[in-house]
Amino acid sequence: MVLKIFFPQCCNRADSGLLVGRWISGHDSAVVLAVIHYPFIPGQVKQYVQQMQAQSGVELSVLGSWSLPKEGQEGMESFLRDLSTIFPQERWLQIRRQMGKTGFTCEVLSRDQNAVAAQRRVKKQKKEEEEDGDAEEKEEDEEKVIFVHYEQRKVMLSQLHPIDSGDAKTDPPSELRQVFQTVALSQPLFFLDKYDDGPLKSTHWQSEGREASIIVELLKQASVPLCLLLSWMLSVWTWICSVRIFNFYPLRFLSSKLSTCVQLSYRTEHMKTLSSPKPAAGHTQFMRKANMLVSVLVDVALGVLLMSWLYRDDHITMLANTLVPAADHVAKELDQLLQWLMGAPAGLKMNRALDQVLGRFFLYHIHLWISYIHLMSPFIEGILWYGGLSACLGLSFALSLLSDMVALFTFHIYCFYVYGARLYCLKIYGLSSLWRLFRGKKWNVLRQRVDSCSYDLDQLFIGTLLFTVLLFLLPTTALYYLVFTLLRLVVVLFQGVLHLSVDFINSFPLFAVGLRVCRSYRLAEGVKFRVLCDEPGVALHLLMEINPLKVSTVVQTYRTPTYSCYPRDSWLALVKKLFVGELIYPWRHKTTKAD
Amino acid sequence: MMEDETFTDISGKTISLDCQSHSSFCREFTVSSPKVSIGKVMVYTCSVWLLAYAVFFITQNTAVLSSAILITLVGMMFHIHFVKVDHESLLIIGSLGIQVSSSYASGREITTFIEMSKIKDIVINEAIYMHQIIYYLCVLLKDPSEPNAVSSVVPLFQSSKPRLNCLVKVYKSCQEILSKSQ
Repeated sequence: MVLKIFFPQCCNRADSGLLVGRWISGHDSAVVLAVIHYPFIPGQVKQYVQQMQAQSGVELSVLGSWSLPKEGQEGMESFLRDLSTIFPQERWLQIRRQMGKTGFTCEVLSRDQNAVAAQRRVKKQKKEEEEDGDAEEKEEDEEKVIFVHYEQRKVMLSQLHPIDSGDAKTDPPSELRQVFQTVALSQPLFFLDKYDDGPLKSTHWQSEGREASIIVELLKQASVPLCLLLSWMLSVWTWICSVRIFNFYPLRFLSSKLSTCVQLSYRTEHMKTLSSPKPAAGHTQFMRKANMLVSVLVDVALGVLLMSWLYRDDHITMLANTLVPAADHVAKELDQLLQWLMGAPAGLKMNRALDQVLGRFFLYHIHLWISYIHLMSPFIEGILWYGGLSACLGLSFALSLLSDMVALFTFHIYCFYVYGARLYCLKIYGLSSLWRLFRGKKWNVLRQRVDSCSYDLDQLFIGTLLFTVLLFLLPTTALYYLVFTLLRLVVVLFQGVLHLSVDFINSFPLFAVGLRVCRSYRLAEGVKFRVLCDEPGVALHLLMEINPLKVSTVVQTYRTPTYSCYPRDSWLALVKKLFVGELIYPWRHKTTKAD
Repeated sequence: MMEDETFTDISGKTISLDCQSHSSFCREFTVSSPKVSIGKVMVYTCSVWLLAYAVFFITQNTAVLSSAILITLVGMMFHIHFVKVDHESLLIIGSLGIQVSSSYASGREITTFIEMSKIKDIVINEAIYMHQIIYYLCVLLKDPSEPNAVSSVVPLFQSSKPRLNCLVKVYKSCQEILSKSQ
């Protein structure tokens, strides 16, 4: 079997000493974490290793010896060889390197055989392999070694995807996952740097001095009072929201329909998660919190940008001044549309009486709506001004407020649509039922099927009359229904675009994408190997690099779940509903249970 | 051991296979496709620009010319970065795993590493594609729940599509290493 030794790149030039690391059971491999230098006292080394094992939870042990002889250190090798008796292990690795040569040599001593007979050389002679068949047989049962060089800091910080959920699975984690976990958990081992005055000196990625960033430390100190303040403010806000007066039915129903209120409650949930004083447990939690924080900050920044544009140069007055004429224009267009329908639209001949009734009914509604707009016109500027203030909470709030305002201002179109749809729906049901009567059949409610039925003569007579009447009135109603459904769909589309952009702001994982772009080794999909220049007669050396995750996978994995609105029906079901005249509410919110 | 015989792919274009043996249990195979020929590039560019000049002659709108230049440039960049594969390589390391990588003409490399514990075997499969029967080399992956079932198949050398003689060579070499490590 081939023995794999994962060797950190930072220890390539370390002074001679002992190797500390972990044997990975079941895979015949070892991870070297640090090198403890000579001179040392073996008892202190044992104590240190046990202390580190208790702190980190990783099964650390002394793997073997490392020798890089410098001038004046001749007796090192025999000393290091004798150490295998002091640290009893299953296998004792003796890795040697000469300055100037790139390859390592490794000897493996096994506990049950004695030292002299068990020294199996692991020199790789390429020429011997190819030409000498006998030499191959001799090396058949010798142990082969692969050195896999890894960059310790990157492997420590990286997270392999797909993320292990943590619960006990049926199969043990793979070899690479165990290597990554070992390095990540051995953080206490990397705290001992060369400026410590302790009895032991070791080499690892942080041995030149512990790394820390002043900004990160300051933020950590500042975050505690900030979190307390935030959680206090949130508790006050939740208390206000849960006051009894707000729980009455109409207000409750309204607040579940208005997208601003939904967005408000959603963001409150986020802030509650962010303001909890406990640090994040695990990688997923940390990424979620970071994504939420970055998304809130970007949202607020964009909102403030929007505000600075809006409140400058009297843009609000300009907007308010164009709003009322725009509403007038829309009302005039609708007027013209209805006059056209009341005449002979597209050359179709309408039933005059019904046409006039429906047309006058809708015209009166438009008249009401226009008077309402004119009533509100002095207040519009004030409304816009105060509404624009909501943008300081975030761009998503401004957008949801806009969507709500659009819904309010086009309420008459919604009403027209409902009237037209109900009328049309009634007509269609009546027609279908009377058509069955025309053919002598009946709908059996008990059996949910169509049965034949014998009607009386007067029933047939009246039924046929009504059927004819309804049939000839159908084009008029259908036309009105068509026009108002199209208008309603336009409004729904516009609202849908606004909702989708709010959803995008809420759910896009900006922090994860930024991490993937700037520190791509943190999110790893796998590893890449590269063969380092190998010399004949030396074991195989590979370089292990981190293969970063694809951007699309990053977005998919780290999307924040939202109350996203998505189409409720498929296209076919939607068309069918439109044809029959059922009221359509194309966007469904995940939280609302009532259909 | 370096080898460079002439093999062809399934459509008849010449490809080259390069086998490198880093040690007794580590081998690397690289299949290189033919490079982008300058003649083809010139033919495409000239035809696009002639068409653009003809349209310009009719409409007298200079936007046609600039858009033709833009389209040609963007198309070429897209082709060498996303479409044209320069060489594909397979690195097999006994008892560690198999690494499959394909590098494009612009230098972009896509690498995947499959661990030895997930690999069941490497086989040559047949596929019927319209009127042809083509052979392809693929890696069979184990199903974690059932040790004898194959959960998925990873085809190798998909862009270069070498013929059977090339595949047999790679197959024999890989089986020597796989048999020792499993």
